[in-house]
Amino acid sequence: MSYIPNTDADRAVMLKAIGVKNMDGLFRDVPEALRYPELKLPPPVSEMEALRELREISEYNVDLEHAPCFLGAGAYRHFVPSVVGHVIGRSEFYTAYTPYQPEISQGTLQSIFEYQSMICALTGMDVANASHYDGATALAEAVLMAVSVSRGKRRKVVLSAGVHPEYRAVVHTYTQGMALTIVGEGADPLATEVLADMIDADTACVIVQNPNFLGYLEDPAALRTLADAAHSKGALFVVSADPISLGLFSPPADYGADIVCGEGQALGGGLNFGGPYLGFFACKQQYVHKMAGRIVGQTVDRHGQRGFVLTLSAREQHIRREKATSNICSNEALMALAAAVYLAAMGKTGLRKVAELCYHKAHYAAQRLSALPGYQLLSQKPFFKEFALRCPRPVDEINEYLLDEWGIIGGYDLGKDYPGLANTMLICVTEMNTKEEIDLLVEALAPDYFPRADEEGAPDMEEAA
Amino acid sequence: MREPLIYEISSPGRAGVNLPECDVPATPLPKEYLREDLPLPEVSEVDLVRHYVRLSQLNYAVDTGFYPLGSCTMKYNPKVNEEAAKLPGFVQTHPYQPPDTIQGNLFLMYQLQEFLKEISGFASVSLQPAAGAHGELAGVLMIRAYHESRGDHKRTRMLIPDSAHGTNPASTTMAGYETVKISSDARGNVDLEELRAHCDDTVAGLMLTNPNTLGLFDEHVQEIARLVHECGGLLYGDGANLNAIMGIVKPAALGFDVMHFNLHKTFSTPHGGGGPGAGPVGANEVLAPFLPGPIVVKERVEEEPASDEEWEEEEMYYYHWQMPPSSIGRLKAFYGNFAVCIKAYTYIRMLGAAGLREVSENAVLNANYLLSRLKGVYPLPYNRTCMHEFVLSGRLPDAPDVHTIDIAKRLMDFGFHPPTIYFPLIVPEALMIEPTETESKETLDAFADALIQIAQEAKTNPELLHSAPHLAPVARLDEVLAARQPVLQCLK
Ligand SMILES: Cc1ncc(COP(=O)(O)O)c(C=O)c1O
Repeated sequence: MSYIPNTDADRAVMLKAIGVKNMDGLFRDVPEALRYPELKLPPPVSEMEALRELREISEYNVDLEHAPCFLGAGAYRHFVPSVVGHVIGRSEFYTAYTPYQPEISQGTLQSIFEYQSMICALTGMDVANASHYDGATALAEAVLMAVSVSRGKRRKVVLSAGVHPEYRAVVHTYTQGMALTIVGEGADPLATEVLADMIDADTACVIVQNPNFLGYLEDPAALRTLADAAHSKGALFVVSADPISLGLFSPPADYGADIVCGEGQALGGGLNFGGPYLGFFACKQQYVHKMAGRIVGQTVDRHGQRGFVLTLSAREQHIRREKATSNICSNEALMALAAAVYLAAMGKTGLRKVAELCYHKAHYAAQRLSALPGYQLLSQKPFFKEFALRCPRPVDEINEYLLDEWGIIGGYDLGKDYPGLANTMLICVTEMNTKEEIDLLVEALAPDYFPRADEEGAPDMEEAA
Repeated sequence: MREPLIYEISSPGRAGVNLPECDVPATPLPKEYLREDLPLPEVSEVDLVRHYVRLSQLNYAVDTGFYPLGSCTMKYNPKVNEEAAKLPGFVQTHPYQPPDTIQGNLFLMYQLQEFLKEISGFASVSLQPAAGAHGELAGVLMIRAYHESRGDHKRTRMLIPDSAHGTNPASTTMAGYETVKISSDARGNVDLEELRAHCDDTVAGLMLTNPNTLGLFDEHVQEIARLVHECGGLLYGDGANLNAIMGIVKPAALGFDVMHFNLHKTFSTPHGGGGPGAGPVGANEVLAPFLPGPIVVKERVEEEPASDEEWEEEEMYYYHWQMPPSSIGRLKAFYGNFAVCIKAYTYIRMLGAAGLREVSENAVLNANYLLSRLKGVYPLPYNRTCMHEFVLSGRLPDAPDVHTIDIAKRLMDFGFHPPTIYFPLIVPEALMIEPTETESKETLDAFADALIQIAQEAKTNPELLHSAPHLAPVARLDEVLAARQPVLQCLK
């Protein structure tokens, strides 16, 4: 089934009207020798069979409805209120495209305008765009924007090692044709203050993540000092932030951010194995003309009624082509809608409550886990919903044991990205993790069940430290 | 019809969600880290739902009517796709789960890579890019990495036909290359003379959309490929228009070295009000090592099955991630827009090879039929058999004051979404019409009738067009005011 309404009779009439004998008459411009290749695809199936096949494929996965999970590291399991799915499931929203024709796209336009307003509320910034592909590409675009704000003169980027390793990788991918110098990634991810010394007159921007990849919160006063250091050299201060954390903690505007971006998946988006997610992006008013992507603005119609349109498009590829601020065209509008519905449903008190639940549960987990022999917290710094736990055994061994013996999906192996953090697990706890799940994890790692490395002859972490 | 802003229906103390009590002992919060105020709206669930349902009703969408937005392939989005992508076994998986626990996801991605290879003729496909433009950036970076890997540093220019989409030159700039514009000839093909004149050892490549944005299959595509390759350049394919040629010709066979697919166009995944899409990129043997990654590979499982039961085909393989050997790197966090991939996979499974060819044939048939009805009425700059779309001009000879924008706005009164307008740039007052295969002859006729009537009105009552739309939720909006006095949020 190809979802084609034309019948053979329709086709005959249409071919006649066109003035060709058959379908082949429409493809004369295609080199004849290459026409109609065989496509070796599996034979088609009915809708019923397709759904069965897809369900069977999905059942080869271990899904998190059936396994307690302590993975975060940039993709988070948060509660999604039922209203979110119902709103984004309305096909008036999801089967429309970019609102090029504003008079018949007010639903999309107004909801994005409200989304932009709520992103400004969260971050404390002046303006926000309609979305990027994800948190990583939003950050890469922040780098391009910072370079462009300097009219291409500044060629250095100070990038904290506390930024998500994949985000940093994407920054490198995006900028490989630009001959930029990127410094800072070799430094201690927990010593953000060392970045200040790397800033010079050639620096386009300084980038930190808050909470950082290891889950720790940066001290707003220290970040303000870093922002001042950047500004004193004429560089921009860029913050990649967890939007749920902003329900509780200082908006980056308060400590001097010029650009705030991040991953918005936590705002009403599912895990979906990594995509589609939502890059949110906000900045100070003075840089709006350098911002990438769609922006919705308020205006009036012929009768003076309020309405919304895409605006400031002289930045964009369809107008400016090779001089555009970015190549982005399609974005993640539906995920932005989900985020708007989520934020509106949570409201002022709900988002704070979600953030507090994460905070308390993560701290409960940290306190109990670090009380186990052989386990300790990497740092005593304040953290939000993730923390780094030094373990007595390699993380993949622990995770294998947790999965096989307890059906638990353990945390993220920080040793993969930070050579100094071998045997260190990044544990994420959100409002979705019950006390029972946390207690189960603690029980699973207790020495009664899970022998410490030293009992098998390997060095004891605690004694070595 | 004015819907208040969500902030305008906010009232202190309301909430739209019911959260659980904390089930663990509280830990003191670090006071100096906390924010003072959080200016989010406060609305009840019922008000929230009504707000968004009413907003949705102000939208035009594929599910409400004909949406012939050229270059965007606004085909019907089958509902089964949505059901498949909502299966909890997919939705509730974390990108960092151990590979053993996500063999289903990896199998699906592997299969989709294979399907796209087969449809396009390329040697390898990466599902990383999140949209077409993202795939373009990947492709241009791959071309760059290829030249660099050979120590060929003087190639800095990307040739781009003047009919190309704006993302092509924008992606070129992002990759650190210079754009060189190549004119189109009188038949809407790339001007071969001009191309020849530019082909030298500074050319990194050419970005070609074929069929191009005029809806025309370039009559010299193989010659173009030969010229570009002869001077050492590579040929990038903007696959936005793949809907015209599935099962008709494989782009790799035409000489393309690398191309992006738009799953949100060709493979029926919905456009989401602007996104998400997905822009996988395919490459031939030469460029495959440079693909963005990781991509999914499979390995045969060595051991025999433990039980006597026959193994399912899928169970004989183990799927895992691999970075292509000379990869340009990651283009986004994690692996790609997975949920969009599920929808495209479902679509391809339901259509099969014959179905895909039928799609392209009927997309091209519908476009040519519509063209046959309109070409006497609106100026047609390139009078050829079109592919899945065609471009008319809204410059009506006997209605000099009427512009394409007026025609577009008037179409709304007839219940249609306007075509793409003022693009491609080489046609003055362009109306770019792409009906897609999922529309019936009756719909096409009704649309043609409307455009014919509008052409009449343009002569007899131009004011009716200038003041259109009359029946849309709002009247014509002042876009100049919006840009001159930007109001981009409602808090400040
Ligand atoms: C011809 C062409 N190329 C590229 C693109 C960019 O694709 P995307 O919007 O998915 O980034 C488009 C999108 O409309 C297009 O029509």
